[in-house]
Amino acid sequence: MPDSTVILDATAIQRALTRIAHEIAERNEHSAEVAMVGIPTGGDHLAARLAKILAGIWNHPVPAGVLDVNMHRDDLDQRAAPTIHPTEIPFDVTGKTIVLVDDVLFSGRTTRAAMDALNDFGRPKKIQLAVLIDRGHRELPIKADFVGKNVPTALDEKISLLLTESGAAQDEAILKKK
Amino acid sequence: MSWHRKHLLDIESLTADEIVTVLDTARGFKAVGERAIKKVPALRGKTVVNLFVEPSTRTRISFELAEQRLSADVINFSAEASSLKKGETLKDTAKNLEALNADFIVMRHSASGAPHFLSRVLGAHVINAGDGAHEHPTQALLDAFTIREHKEKFAGLNVTILGDILYSRVARSNIWALTKLGARVTLCGPSTLVPKTFEQMGCRVTYDVEEAIREADIIHLLRIQHERQRKTMFPSIGEYTQLYGLNKARLAKTKPDALIMHPGPINRGVEIDSEIADCKRSLILEQVTNGLAIRMAVLFLLNGGKGPQEAAGN
Repeated sequence: MPDSTVILDATAIQRALTRIAHEIAERNEHSAEVAMVGIPTGGDHLAARLAKILAGIWNHPVPAGVLDVNMHRDDLDQRAAPTIHPTEIPFDVTGKTIVLVDDVLFSGRTTRAAMDALNDFGRPKKIQLAVLIDRGHRELPIKADFVGKNVPTALDEKISLLLTESGAAQDEAILKKK
Repeated sequence: MSWHRKHLLDIESLTADEIVTVLDTARGFKAVGERAIKKVPALRGKTVVNLFVEPSTRTRISFELAEQRLSADVINFSAEASSLKKGETLKDTAKNLEALNADFIVMRHSASGAPHFLSRVLGAHVINAGDGAHEHPTQALLDAFTIREHKEKFAGLNVTILGDILYSRVARSNIWALTKLGARVTLCGPSTLVPKTFEQMGCRVTYDVEEAIREADIIHLLRIQHERQRKTMFPSIGEYTQLYGLNKARLAKTKPDALIMHPGPINRGVEIDSEIADCKRSLILEQVTNGLAIRMAVLFLLNGGKGPQEAAGN
């Protein structure tokens, strides 16, 4: 059995998302321009949750979309072809402040692919990055604007985020040794 | 979700799971075609050669556009203008293309098994775009994709393939795909073009067209392939139309939600009434749109390397 540790439980995940939402609200005074775009799998559900919390803070609906970044990855011929998830961005991104939402920030390559993919849909005024967990080991000059928790990790470790939206019994972030 | 193949040569060797993987992947690529910017960088820097030794218009255009939308560099190579006319062997032609560092070879050939042969002598990925009367795998995949968009599941679905089965690679690939996915396949047409031996592929053969389409959920029409027939297999086109053509009277006796498919090119007034080809129950043009998505998905999946499916670390 590989060692595994719970690094965030359901309460901690909820608390982190609430704090990130308040930080997003504090950073962006023009709330009508802000939209969430989540990266599957994980980030799409977190984006929907953040949009809901922000709607409560701002007293107006906050749009949320899903962006699959796999067609824009830079390692496509070095791995088995990834699963393509449906992209749904039901709003015009041009002129908006887009908060990209991912579950775990690691090499930064997913974020780079996401910024490229987002450009195919229009020209956002700003792109900000929110992640639940930053585990370090960046390979690109990318930094998150909003972080739920910094978790120092070894390269051979793996973080899994289980969410009730994906059928888990409860929300949980787990760190495993491979 | 599973895909670890280097080539797409036929449907016969694919598992149901692999077929579903292609269909699921194509869903994402269909959405790309609906955006303002219809291009993604997935095959940037890769070179694709469309080696069409047998003439083709629609399949070649579909592949070419799929390749361009994935940002690949594309070379078209057709038999009429090629060294094959000057006596070069297929192997030498292909080796020359590989010496140009082609990453993918999409091949149509009049000889069954030609793409399989290429896949054994080349390092490039080989995609079969139709080989003789053997298989046309991307056509069967786009047909399955189109059916899945309209019908909830394949299990228990009645699909009738009507027409020239004997000379049809589309029929063979469709039979393999549909039976693997759990559909019930019925074949119908003149007995000279629908030999009973097809029952060995797991489908039903009948020569009574009304019975064949009565319970069908999908009626798949095929063109009479004059170019492949060495001798006349039935008395006349007129008689074929009368006995097997899909007309209003026959359509009226089918299930009201039965849908009509055809791989094209259609011969209006022969295998299908002109009005039926344009009616709401016809999926013919949807098949063309979906073909693009399927070919993008196939190229995308084959481009994957040997590593794990998940990105490193997460």
